[in-house]
Amino acid sequence: MPIQILMPALSPTMTEGTLVKWLKAEGDMIESGDAICEIETDKATMEVEAADEGVLGKILVAEGTDNVAVNHTIAILLEEGEDPIEIKNFTIPAAPISETKEEVSTIETLPIPHKTEQIAQKMLAKPSHESKRIFASPLAKRIAEQNGIDINSVVGSGPNGRIVKRDIEMTVSAGINSASPQVKIGDTVALTPTVPTFSKNDPVFENMPAFKAISNTAIRKIIATRLTDSARNIPHFNITIEADLEGLLSVRLDLNSTENTENRISINDLIIKAVAVALKRHPNCNAAYTDEAILQFERVDISIAVAIKGGLITPIIKDAGSKGLATISSEVKDLVTKARSGTLAPEEFQGGTFTISNLGMFGVKSFNSIINAPQGGILSVGAGEERAVVHNGKVLVRNIISLTMAVDHRCIDGASAAIFMKEVKSIIETPVQLML
Amino acid sequence: MESHTFDVIIMGGGPGGYVTAIRSSQLGFKTCLVEKQHLGGICLNWGCIPTKAILRSAEILGYMNSAANFGLKADNISFELDKIIERSRGISQRLNDGVEYLLKKNKVTVVKGHAKLNGPKAVEVVPNETNNVTEILKAEHIIVATGARPRILPGIEPDGKCVWSYFEALRPDIMPRSLLVIGSGAIGIEFASFYSMLGSKVTVVEILPQILPAEDAEIAECARKQFESNGISIMSESKITALKETKNSVTVTIENSKKKLSEITVDRVIVAVGVVGNIEEIGLETTRVKSENGSIVIDSFGRTDEPGVYAIGDVAGPPWLAHKAEHEGVLCIENIAGRSTTPIDKKKIPGCTYCHPQVASVGMTEKAAKESGYKTRIGRFPYVGNGKAIALGETDGLVKTVFNAETGELLGAHMVGTEVTELIQGFTIAIGLETTEQDLIHTIFPHPTLSEMMHESVLDAYNRAIHN
Repeated sequence: MPIQILMPALSPTMTEGTLVKWLKAEGDMIESGDAICEIETDKATMEVEAADEGVLGKILVAEGTDNVAVNHTIAILLEEGEDPIEIKNFTIPAAPISETKEEVSTIETLPIPHKTEQIAQKMLAKPSHESKRIFASPLAKRIAEQNGIDINSVVGSGPNGRIVKRDIEMTVSAGINSASPQVKIGDTVALTPTVPTFSKNDPVFENMPAFKAISNTAIRKIIATRLTDSARNIPHFNITIEADLEGLLSVRLDLNSTENTENRISINDLIIKAVAVALKRHPNCNAAYTDEAILQFERVDISIAVAIKGGLITPIIKDAGSKGLATISSEVKDLVTKARSGTLAPEEFQGGTFTISNLGMFGVKSFNSIINAPQGGILSVGAGEERAVVHNGKVLVRNIISLTMAVDHRCIDGASAAIFMKEVKSIIETPVQLML
Repeated sequence: MESHTFDVIIMGGGPGGYVTAIRSSQLGFKTCLVEKQHLGGICLNWGCIPTKAILRSAEILGYMNSAANFGLKADNISFELDKIIERSRGISQRLNDGVEYLLKKNKVTVVKGHAKLNGPKAVEVVPNETNNVTEILKAEHIIVATGARPRILPGIEPDGKCVWSYFEALRPDIMPRSLLVIGSGAIGIEFASFYSMLGSKVTVVEILPQILPAEDAEIAECARKQFESNGISIMSESKITALKETKNSVTVTIENSKKKLSEITVDRVIVAVGVVGNIEEIGLETTRVKSENGSIVIDSFGRTDEPGVYAIGDVAGPPWLAHKAEHEGVLCIENIAGRSTTPIDKKKIPGCTYCHPQVASVGMTEKAAKESGYKTRIGRFPYVGNGKAIALGETDGLVKTVFNAETGELLGAHMVGTEVTELIQGFTIAIGLETTEQDLIHTIFPHPTLSEMMHESVLDAYNRAIHN
């Protein structure tokens, strides 16, 4: 009889998850231990291994399906010698209740000892994040405890998203996330508003309409802490310029009309290149502030903001100032794909000397961003659109783009930022400079 | 000229290359492996495996010579060098056939000949003694796994007659009555051990103050004492200033640390001063691949500066170890396949030397840990305190552990003594999983085994060893 493959529970409290990707196709031979699909919970993306062997007969839940309930049948496995016709005759029984669980072949996941389940049940009374199973090394747990770090808010970079020493050390060195900041007697303590702990009975929510509470994922907590720190600690100022896009559009048309159909260059690729070249010419804007010194980086590594499910991440085009457009373009594609599938290596998103965020595709005219610390600047790119401009007393219709740079005033002053932005504008308007 | 297209081409069939090829095929890539000589590479044909075979013969000879200690009688003990070598070559051949079978079973296309990159997406197979057809192979992904070869120092070049590299040392023309080994790294010390155990008068010359320079100083010192008591003479902080070869012997001038010169005449010399990557004549100049200090420059997934071209193993830099090459290769191909992978942490790669006594280690030495600014806790346990070691008649040796005193992280483990090469994996797993001293202390080690010394060493670091 065909075997049902069920949506596994990756943690004691998991009730549903997203089926991110099938790693096997219908008709593939599956051996016990083969990774067959990727499942994402709010904590991590994990590969699911097959417990049985056979041929993957039918996929019942498509890639990218959200909210797949635990124990829902996601595929059918045919055992050796079974005819595919069996699938037609096979009816899926209702989701098995726990007592019959052992009789049904399920995908083997990390075994959860009975005792842990009981503990997990007890912990349900507490705020939800504390009851989730955390995959972390003993050493990571100890260093987190020694430094007063809430391990729930750390994103793991080890195998299958396990939290390892490196992750805690990075959190410590970033100076964020300390649950109990050490204050010496005599220090002046700044009265910064703290984020309220969520409680349904909090009077703040008393007169508000009914709501659904969406638990903060690890990545959400990191975004919250890092951007709060940046907004609070960095004196931001913004500079906006408008650039005529006609030149860049025509270069793009020329580049893409050649035989190069596989790797089409986008306006975004061209802007990355233009900004990187401008930063190379003005290294004072490719900088970071520290208490001892301003660091001017010798290489331009551009972080690009990529929206991912539940947050955003900034993968890096390393040495973008020295790379050709084709390389930049293919690297952007590769990094965006990896960012969305959650397969970026740490070095692919940690570091970077300057960030570019582009919301032009949503029709946003212009906007301000918060600096991605410790970098000294971030550029917000709006939509290129036809606008009426006055030139020599005449009204012309031109393609114009608005660019806004948020600047860390501690390391870059107004005039320096203005000169840099003028350079960006000049390169965009006369893109032939990119050939230099 | 023929032309074939694959998804992945691997240049070099050593342990890194063939393992990568098998994994590549498992991941569904149409895979081609080009090998210029022997499948299995240096490891299987001229390195790891054949040396273990000859060392086993020497070890058994050692047991036979000490038979009386075990209440046994053995007379007229002797050996035939050519039979020892014949066994060693036979083992290489057997494994060589095994690799060929595995590649075939995994549907990897094996092409014989010398592979050269021809731009970033093609490999030209140049005819050599194994193949006389020129072929162009094409693929989106090309993995360079061409390995390394013995490093040559000017003035002491192996000539295959009286001055040997590891190739000749594994196919000796005579049993040298006296032997000088230049370099006391893993390769040098293993040959020194082997020939000494067979009765050669062996001298080892090392330029640094410490033999086995990569190992913990205390462990190296312990090993040195045993080598010396086994009859090997060791000259550290010394270098070769001249080498004069006659028909059947070599006269070597050695300068010691006090600049004093001495001369020694030996039957044969083995040069074992490290290895360098095979980066020449493989067409790197037709790509944007960069090299530095004789190795190809890669990132943590084996990617070079040329998209689509990767490098793994010895050609991509130290440590020059077969198990590092295999792991690097698997990571590289899994990353190409878009699998989620974790980069190698080179601090967690174990190293083994199969001299007598054996030496094995993983992680930081005590000195390295202190220099990195760690407050340390050091644990030690000697072989003489272990019941199994005494029963085996192997009471020389030491298990040493280095902990970060503040976090309980196991920073390193270092061992010298019988079978330590089989024990080190325990500490490697512990370091890999980031256990603390607590997890190790709470682990039950079986009795009676040598592994109990690992437990005791950890206990000792926290002042609670039982049998110390």
